[in-house]
Amino acid sequence: MEEILEIARRCAESAEVFRVTSIRTPVHFEANRLKQIQTKESVATALRLVKNGKIGFAQSSGNIPPADLVNMALETSQFGYQVNFAFPSLGSFEKVDVFDPQVENIGIDSMISLGQGVIDAVCANTAGILCEGSISRGTATFEIAGSGGGHASCKRTNFSISIDGMLVRDGDILYVGDIRSSCRPILDPSPLTEEIIRQLELAKRNAPIKSGAMPVIFTPFGVAGSLLAPLISAFNGKTVLDGASPLKDKKDMVMFDSALSLADDPTIPYQPGSTPFDDEGVPARRNALIDRGSVVQFYYDLHTAALAGLSSTGNGSRSGGMPSPSVHALVIGGGKVSRADMIKDMKAGIIIEQLMGAEQGNILNGDFSGNVLLGYKVDNGEITGRVKDTMVSGNVYQLLKESLVMGSDSRWIAGYVNTPSIRCPSIAVSAK
Amino acid sequence: MQDRLFSVIKGLSADYIEVRLDESQSSRLVFRGERLEEAGRTAAAGGCVRALVKGGWGFASFNSIDRLDQSAAMAVEQATHVGKGRSEFSPAQAVIDKVEAPYKKNPLDVPLSAKKSLLDEYNRIMLDTPGIQTTSIGYADIKKKVIFASSDGSYIEQSRIDLNLRLSAIASRDGDVQQVGLSIGSKGDFSTVEGMQDRVRDIARRAIALLSAPEVKGGNYTVVLDPVLAGVFVHEAFGHLSEADHIYENPQMRDIMVLGRSFGGRHLNIVDGAAMPGLRGSYRYDDEGTPAGKTYLIKEGVLNSRLHSRETAAKMGEEPTGNARAINFTYPPIVRMTNTYIEPGSTTFNEMISGISEGVYARDWYGGTTSLEMFTFSAGEAYMIRDGKIAEMIRPVVLSGNVFTTLHNIDAIGDDLDMNQGGGCGKAGQSPLPVSNGSPHIRIQNCLVGGK
Repeated sequence: MEEILEIARRCAESAEVFRVTSIRTPVHFEANRLKQIQTKESVATALRLVKNGKIGFAQSSGNIPPADLVNMALETSQFGYQVNFAFPSLGSFEKVDVFDPQVENIGIDSMISLGQGVIDAVCANTAGILCEGSISRGTATFEIAGSGGGHASCKRTNFSISIDGMLVRDGDILYVGDIRSSCRPILDPSPLTEEIIRQLELAKRNAPIKSGAMPVIFTPFGVAGSLLAPLISAFNGKTVLDGASPLKDKKDMVMFDSALSLADDPTIPYQPGSTPFDDEGVPARRNALIDRGSVVQFYYDLHTAALAGLSSTGNGSRSGGMPSPSVHALVIGGGKVSRADMIKDMKAGIIIEQLMGAEQGNILNGDFSGNVLLGYKVDNGEITGRVKDTMVSGNVYQLLKESLVMGSDSRWIAGYVNTPSIRCPSIAVSAK
Repeated sequence: MQDRLFSVIKGLSADYIEVRLDESQSSRLVFRGERLEEAGRTAAAGGCVRALVKGGWGFASFNSIDRLDQSAAMAVEQATHVGKGRSEFSPAQAVIDKVEAPYKKNPLDVPLSAKKSLLDEYNRIMLDTPGIQTTSIGYADIKKKVIFASSDGSYIEQSRIDLNLRLSAIASRDGDVQQVGLSIGSKGDFSTVEGMQDRVRDIARRAIALLSAPEVKGGNYTVVLDPVLAGVFVHEAFGHLSEADHIYENPQMRDIMVLGRSFGGRHLNIVDGAAMPGLRGSYRYDDEGTPAGKTYLIKEGVLNSRLHSRETAAKMGEEPTGNARAINFTYPPIVRMTNTYIEPGSTTFNEMISGISEGVYARDWYGGTTSLEMFTFSAGEAYMIRDGKIAEMIRPVVLSGNVFTTLHNIDAIGDDLDMNQGGGCGKAGQSPLPVSNGSPHIRIQNCLVGGK
């Protein structure tokens, strides 16, 4: 990194190098059996420099000579935007626990038996089911260095288990599954096994459903998969700056039911989305986005914040290119109502676990529409079976404005979203 | 390099070993409204080794060629750890070949400044359209060289150039935000993204028109799809189900997907193949060294064949089809589509809509996904059909169906096949893989449309 900066110092006003070095070992299962073991090593380096006041950007993976990287960035700087911010000085950061040396000590055989254990338990519950999935351990080191001499680094471990089951009966395909992820080893997979078996039990038979409006419960998976994408887009400082967010002029206004609070929180220990600093070296912090129904703030990276006349909220993120605003780990405030109590006074309603195609609508406007891949029918306070060939449509701003019931069943989905079940008074259902 | 790779492979003991080395250069331009947000360049290099031992697989990827020997040994060790049975893998003829990237107008020869001025012009057209709030433009091109060597004795060098342009016009009024997008891709011809001024003007106008367009009432409709959306439909609704890795180890799926099963009328023919030249899903050899082919998935309404890797083909007693693809060196190849399309029939567009008293005409694509049995796909543009005529514009629709009934419900196939090159396909974390898909206009009876 120092070599790149040394060359960049000679031809640019300032520069910053970001590097991620990682190794990941996933163990894959297919058709209920161990299928493949992988090891993936990677080094990716990104350079931002300022030349004649304009930004240049280049990145590489593999052994690209430092001078080539600098030349590529210099070439792009002719077209770069006028830089309106300074690279952070990369001082000290508050500690966030994201590294557990135990992860590297988990042997391949332990990972295999962990996965096989879940699969065997699921198969014992339901004959004929075919499971696939992966158990993965990994370590990644994030480093940022500036031409001013600052340097920051963070080493993060990750351990995840993901198992999906597919059951084919009478030309009808049922999918169930769960995923758990942490910076620490997950040695007890029983919550994951129990979740998959719970889904299988509820979906044992199909229940008829008619088109119309009815109350809906989104389970934590349902919330994460159906409702969050429009909000993530609307709170993105760039969407707000462009005037394309329905919330652009709604700061401090009540736009949602008072039961709804949403924060981006990268400070929770050992969560995969946690980090002491963002991908631009800005300290990461908890940012409330919605507080009891009211819009608190939007999230920004350095460049977007400067354009908006604000400061970065520590949400600069790199996913294949220059940094842009992104959330770390979303947390929706939980409630006190159990899932059983949510259902008990429901005469006819629907529970949504997985919605397929939810993000194919006009997300900017808050619209979502999808086929219920996994969902259940509720009749007279009881779950009567799985719904099929059914679509639901709605708009998150209308849906989340109504009186909401927040569940007591908050959980992490894949380590990046923590949410309870949410009950909404009404959703449009179209059935075959 | 050939000798080096063969010597690594020969030094190890496995039922099958392959090495892939990738080298790529790409450039990228991103606009948001008035602002050029990113002009960036990327260079990447790396490789991987995959080994098969007694039915078990090992895979190791690396960034530095210095790690080749260690990674190869590790892949074999991992495969040995997994393998408890018998390897089933279709044999292959040794191939030694070198395939240069074909191109008409090489995007790498076009200076970044010329690319930027072209995008500036498109952006100006959209931003100058009254009522447009903002825009979003993303352009990327990549030149990639892949070296493949395997224990079959094959050594293949293939280069390719791929480019993709996406434009969105976003209109906003009273808190209502509507967008219309356009996505164009090409295998090595920059001129496909030139001269699009009229199409760009059109998406800006449509975004504004959407603000006053009504929403469709959800339910079942007779739906007519344009070639672009019908291409997405055939990719989602049937292409993925044809990928043998969903089938080969699943006895119930093998029963469902038995060759000879009827999926649609005699007018229905669905094809996939990388052998036809010049499309985004075209290549000479797949990532297991199998030559590209042309596969009739459905012939005259009947399930005729499916897409294979060498492993799925061997396990099902069928022939490899050249569909094993990896998006880059960090992934092993899996069964993927290439260029997928419905063959043209003879119905004209007017004949197709003339008998429909109330229906939906859905054009262009926004997205699509599948669970194999059920699928959803969304249109970028939609109109009601009333009394045999195209009527008012409606907000874009999401359509959904069940593959085992929907293909039977296609009752008219047009005469106007067109291939859409703007899409990318995602599967098992490998996204977006360059593919193309296409169709003539088609009519589907009783198709589920989401809405209020």
